[in-house]
Amino acid sequence: MSTTPTRPPTVRQPTVRTQEEIAARVKALEAIMIEKGIMTTEAVDRLAEIYENEVGPQLGAAVVAKAWTDPDFRERLLRDGTATCRELGIGGLQGEDMVVVENTDTVHNVIVCTLCSCYPWPVLGLPPNWYKGPQYRSRIVREPRKVLREDFGLDLPESVEVRVWDSSSEMRYWVLPLRPAGTEGMDEQALAALVTRDSMIGTGVVPAP
Amino acid sequence: MNGVHDLGGTDGLGPVPVEEEEPVFHAEWEKAAFGMFSMPFRAGFFGVDQFRFGIEQMHPAIYLLSPYYEHWAHTVEHFGVEKGVLDPADIEERTRYYLENPDAPLPQRSDPDLLAFVDGVVKAGASAARESDKKAAYAVGDRVRVLDSSPLGHTRRARYIRGRTGEIVLAHGTFIYPDSAGNGGGDAPEHVYTVRFTNSELWGEETAEPNGFVYFDVWEPYIVPAAGTEGSAA
Repeated sequence: MSTTPTRPPTVRQPTVRTQEEIAARVKALEAIMIEKGIMTTEAVDRLAEIYENEVGPQLGAAVVAKAWTDPDFRERLLRDGTATCRELGIGGLQGEDMVVVENTDTVHNVIVCTLCSCYPWPVLGLPPNWYKGPQYRSRIVREPRKVLREDFGLDLPESVEVRVWDSSSEMRYWVLPLRPAGTEGMDEQALAALVTRDSMIGTGVVPAP
Repeated sequence: MNGVHDLGGTDGLGPVPVEEEEPVFHAEWEKAAFGMFSMPFRAGFFGVDQFRFGIEQMHPAIYLLSPYYEHWAHTVEHFGVEKGVLDPADIEERTRYYLENPDAPLPQRSDPDLLAFVDGVVKAGASAARESDKKAAYAVGDRVRVLDSSPLGHTRRARYIRGRTGEIVLAHGTFIYPDSAGNGGGDAPEHVYTVRFTNSELWGEETAEPNGFVYFDVWEPYIVPAAGTEGSAA
């Protein structure tokens, strides 16, 4: 080490890196942090495995299906999303304080984080790229009906009120979608299989079986 | 700061690029970058608000054009260097090495405590709620206006709600104040409220979509009583 470490300028020259350059740089950072006792590859792999295989929208779908079949649970879920999800062992990082908002025949809810990428991980897993990208974040608060119609194929009549929840604090909002018609005889497990990630973001609805 | 990250209401960015059957991670490096929030957080690099502020200081053009998890790597580098834990010359040298030798192995080390931390933090989380003696100055039903000044540091007071008037619809209690913690200060807890704005209040009658609202969470210092309602706050 020949020079004293100096703080790099906050803004580097605006050159977009290739995937190879990013991969090499991230690997360099990882290598240093492994040597410094901050990271391990086994912990990186474990964390990735959790969000690839264990924590994802199937958990939110189970909560939704229970809310559709158990009116007391539904009422508790809308009153205290965090505690009620905990009843099913669901909760944790990026969902420490959750608020569930309910779609009805006259109200449609949709979530966004215009400032970064806040998303209820314990029930939906990690967000898709489009949720974190500039297009969705810029437009969904200004022209939600147009985005839902043109980008997600969801055409809402003007009589339905559209509520956009911008997750600017550490509260994590997500949507209890409408139960589709024709599902009266279905049990919780079969109902959960119908519930999509996008229906809990609000960029979709649960399709009838 | 009035940064590019503050995207609400920006026009011209085009259609939402929806990817069918999208994988959770698109490349191996994304998994490592994803690990660079929780593990450096444990090592004291940053809290979540500082983590965000590091990302906000990326060059605006790169912010818009780079893959999402590069943002995470950027903020880790920013704070790692600032804390003196990461040496810029060392980062450059190793980056060159891995660019030329992409399959070269990483150093190997086992750390059962770190593994236990990962499982523990995913399940328990790290709530930003903080106890405070502060009494809430507002209540559900109050009409409030958002301050319209432009702070230089980290804030969650997005530009599109500044100066706008809405109604408090939820009161959440006291949480870490990002305008303090994100700028290197203490937790300084403040009350958080959800404010409901009509579309026309935000965008004007001419372009606002009909029959809609935007709900936005504010910390108490962001708001004042709406014009004509002064003195109504407790």
